[in-house]
Amino acid sequence: MGAHFGHGADHHAATPPGGRALRLGIGGPVGSGKTALTAALCRVLRDELALAVVTNDIYTTEDADFLRREAVLSDDRITAVRTGACPHTAIRDDISANLDAVEALEQRHPGLDLVIVESGGDNLTALFSRGLADRQIFVLDVAGGDDVPRKGGLGVAAADLLVINKTDLAPLVGSDLELMASDAARVRDGKPVALTSLREAPGAPEVAAWVRRVVAGSREHAPA
Amino acid sequence: MHPSLLLLADSRLPAGGHAHSGGLEPAVTAGTVTDIPSLTAFLRGRLATTGLVTAALAAAACALAVTATEPVEEDRLPGLPRAGGATGTGTPAEAATHRASDPPPSGTTTGTVNRATVTGDGGLAVAWEVLDAEADTRTPSPAQRRAARAQGRSLARVALRTWPSAALDVLARQGAHHPLVLGAATAAAGGGPRDAASIAAYGSVTGGASAGVRLLGLDPLGVNEALGGLAAAIDAVAAEAAGYAGRPWAELPAPSAPVLDLYAEAHAGADLRLFES
Repeated sequence: MGAHFGHGADHHAATPPGGRALRLGIGGPVGSGKTALTAALCRVLRDELALAVVTNDIYTTEDADFLRREAVLSDDRITAVRTGACPHTAIRDDISANLDAVEALEQRHPGLDLVIVESGGDNLTALFSRGLADRQIFVLDVAGGDDVPRKGGLGVAAADLLVINKTDLAPLVGSDLELMASDAARVRDGKPVALTSLREAPGAPEVAAWVRRVVAGSREHAPA
Repeated sequence: MHPSLLLLADSRLPAGGHAHSGGLEPAVTAGTVTDIPSLTAFLRGRLATTGLVTAALAAAACALAVTATEPVEEDRLPGLPRAGGATGTGTPAEAATHRASDPPPSGTTTGTVNRATVTGDGGLAVAWEVLDAEADTRTPSPAQRRAARAQGRSLARVALRTWPSAALDVLARQGAHHPLVLGAATAAAGGGPRDAASIAAYGSVTGGASAGVRLLGLDPLGVNEALGGLAAAIDAVAAEAAGYAGRPWAELPAPSAPVLDLYAEAHAGADLRLFES
């Protein structure tokens, strides 16, 4: 399944101040595949970009532990943040613990290109604060119901890239991919949508290509 | 109260408080707190111990921050303890290299800071370190110290943005305890030691109350009613705490709650937890 990039891709450039690492938020409902996508991006990009990850676990350090177990990055490049039962608060209303974690990683690893902040699983209204993430990806999966893009919500409508994941499951759960893609295009005003199956394409090539473009774009716009 | 101070007291202040339960999560895990009456009892105990200590530290910090912005006059240092008869000879540069954990420099006695060491920027940095050491000694649990410093960092970040001040600058660099940053932020926002004590005492119970709503599904109206019932006790603790602002820091109150310290340590090592502390 190919990417459905709209005409408006990258129309507002991320411009991190001072040439620091680009901060990329990855959000979406529980079980949609945020951690698996994060791991895939780390595996594909770690040889070309200096990377670090902050996870926002809802209950345990499961996500950080998964990334460490999979050895996608060295342990000291992965930090887990606790969210006090409010994952959306930690990425939106009160981002201080996440900022702390990101800045500690940047200090420990000077010259980082990209810091991925993975949200704890949340609902469709969760959106990263612009104070925390320069760009954000929202991850849905086809098993969550093919009416989710139509229902919209801040995450679906406003994220810089919408990923509709687990497309290999579509025939099994009776989800209509064409419908999901066209509904998403309608509420997203031309911003890109990628249909992915990490089982069929473990490197999430469309998403990785988008991340490469965003990081390159932020370098061009960064002050000298 | 001035609206700036209301902002500082607001639980929606983006200073990282939402991820801390004020020791409530381990108490819930242990089965000590199960309903609104047991939550209320927990909050009363916390107010009388941690609440009083943090309110007194916040008041002392506020007094020091206010002092630092005024010209220093002989025998007029409202927030500072006096070392009896001591005469400091160190230069500010020498003083700045002295850490609170080292033996006191000549001219000071343990637990006090004399006048000479607090004049000049370097001396002020030392004064903040000494007050921070007073906070350390009143926080036996390493997990709680880490939590207090993490929350201090977050508060310094937002306070510096909104009410920039030299004292907040120093505390942000030092990674100071939360009540010190709160006291300095109160001063920067135009408040005094009594305001700082009120905000700290209030904050010592609201975090746990909110965590109780989230962890136990308690009726938020009932929890608010319980907080309302604590208002007089909060005010009394704040008044007592503010009374220490002009006294030597070694005399700051130090009541402790060993069970809370043990809970904090157990919580830091727990597999399943929603809150940082």
